[in-house]
Amino acid sequence: MREINVDTIKENIARMCIEANHYLDEDLKECMASHLAAEPSEVARNILESIGKNIEIAEEGIFPLCQDTGMACVFMEIGQDVHITGGSLEDAINEGVRQGYTEGYLRKSIVRDPLDRVNTGDNTPAYIHYDIVPGDQVKITVAPKGFGSENMSRIKMFPPSAGEEGVKDFVVETAKLAGANPCPPIVLGVGIGGTFDKAALMAKKALLKPLDKPNESPYYDEMEQELLERINSLGIGPQGFGGRTTALAVNIITAPTHIAGLPVAVNVNCHVSRHKTVVL
Amino acid sequence: MAITIKEPFTKDKFKDLRAGESVLLTGTIYTARDAAHKRITEMIARGEKPPFEIKDSIIYYVGPTPAKPGRPIGSAGPTTSYRMDAYAPELLDLGQLGMIGKGQRSDEVMAAVVRNGAVYFAAIGGAAALMAGCVKEAEVIAFDDLGAEAVRKLYVEDFPVTVVLDPAGGNLYKEGQEAYLASVSE
Ligand code: SF4
Repeated sequence: MREINVDTIKENIARMCIEANHYLDEDLKECMASHLAAEPSEVARNILESIGKNIEIAEEGIFPLCQDTGMACVFMEIGQDVHITGGSLEDAINEGVRQGYTEGYLRKSIVRDPLDRVNTGDNTPAYIHYDIVPGDQVKITVAPKGFGSENMSRIKMFPPSAGEEGVKDFVVETAKLAGANPCPPIVLGVGIGGTFDKAALMAKKALLKPLDKPNESPYYDEMEQELLERINSLGIGPQGFGGRTTALAVNIITAPTHIAGLPVAVNVNCHVSRHKTVVL
Repeated sequence: MAITIKEPFTKDKFKDLRAGESVLLTGTIYTARDAAHKRITEMIARGEKPPFEIKDSIIYYVGPTPAKPGRPIGSAGPTTSYRMDAYAPELLDLGQLGMIGKGQRSDEVMAAVVRNGAVYFAAIGGAAALMAGCVKEAEVIAFDDLGAEAVRKLYVEDFPVTVVLDPAGGNLYKEGQEAYLASVSE
C-alpha cells in the first residue's frame, strides 16, 4: 500500500492557498479575453480591462486578487490504496490552511460560530470534502470561495413536472436576482438531481470544471450555452453597470435522483474563480 | 473622463455628481463593514462619540487583507453593500457624505441618499490588488479586535469609483442596464 505523509499534504495545501489567491488559471483568463472581444459596451469593456490589470498586479505575488481571500474549500480525492501516515489528516489540512493564510498575508474570514461570530483568527476550519476513489494517488483541490458571490447562491426542490424549462428559468433567475452583488462577470456552477445536499455539492464542484471544455453530455452542453446566452442578454453587465458580459461560463453537473424529485442548486462564483489542484 | 475630487469632501462638491460618472477621490476616507457599523451605531445610541466624525465622512465598505511589511495595506476592494443597509440611513441622516461599496441598496438607503444630498459609489468588486495601489496611508483607529473588520483611516490618491446613487435620485444599476438593453435592441 502506498504511503503518503500528512506533512506532504499540509505543505501542498499551504502553497495552494497562496497560489490560488494570486494566480488565476489560463482557461479563465482566455474566457475573459473572448468576452471582452465580444462586449459591445465601452463602460463594460473598461471594467473588464481593469479586471485584467488586477490579474496582472496579483501575479506579481504581492497583493492577492481580492481582499476576500475566501473560505478555504478543500476537495480530497483519496485513492483507496493509499495509507495516510504521520497523524490526523483533518488536522494536517487545517494546519496547511492556517500556514497558507498566515504566511501568505491572506485575510482571515472565518467565525467560529454562525451566531456568536468570533473570528478564529487563522481562517480555519476549512470546508473539507472527501471522496474515496480507485487507485493509489491523492488529488487535492484548494478553492478559496468568496462570500459576496456565495451569498447569492440558491437551491430549490422542484417537482419533476418543472422539467427542463423550470430548471433553466431558475438558473437565469438566480443570475438576475444576484445582479451587481456577486461582482459580475460571474461563473455559475449548477447541480441538478441527487438529493438536497448532493445538488449543492455538485454545484460547488461544477465551479472547479475547466471553462474551455464542453460538457461531456451534448444535451447539457447545449443547455450550458443556452443559459449563458440568456444570462448575457439580461443587460446586467460587468459590475452591474450594464453590458453583455454578466456571466463568463455556466457549468452543469448532474446525478440520478428520486422519482419524486428534481433538486437544482446554483452556486454563484465571481470572476475571481480560484482553484489549484495537485496530484500526489 | 473621470472627475477628480480632492478633500475636504463637502456636499457642495458632491451635489452635481450623477449616476454613471467616474470619479477619482483623493483624501481621507474611513473603512467599516458589518461588525464596525453595528458598533458605531450602538455607540451613537448610547450617546458616545463614534471613532470618527460622521458628518461629511466617506465610508468605504472593505475588509482588507493584512499589509505586508513596508506597505500600508493589503488588497482592498469593496464588499457587498446591502449588509450595511440596516445602518446606512441613520448615518446618512447624521451627515455622512459618501459610501463606497458594490451592489444594490434598499429603498430606505436610496431615499436617505436623496434626502441628504449624499452619494453611493461603487468600486470594482474583485479588483482589490489594483485599488490597493491607491491607498497611500492606513491606520487602525478603532475596534482592533475585529481584525480585517477594524475601522481604518485611509489616505487615498486618485481612488477610482463610479457614481451609482446620486443626490438627484439617479441609479446606475437601473439606468446603465436599461441603456445597454436599449442600445442593443436598436
Ligand atoms: S464576490 Fe468575488 S470578487 Fe467579489 S469581493 Fe467576493 S471574492 Fe472578491
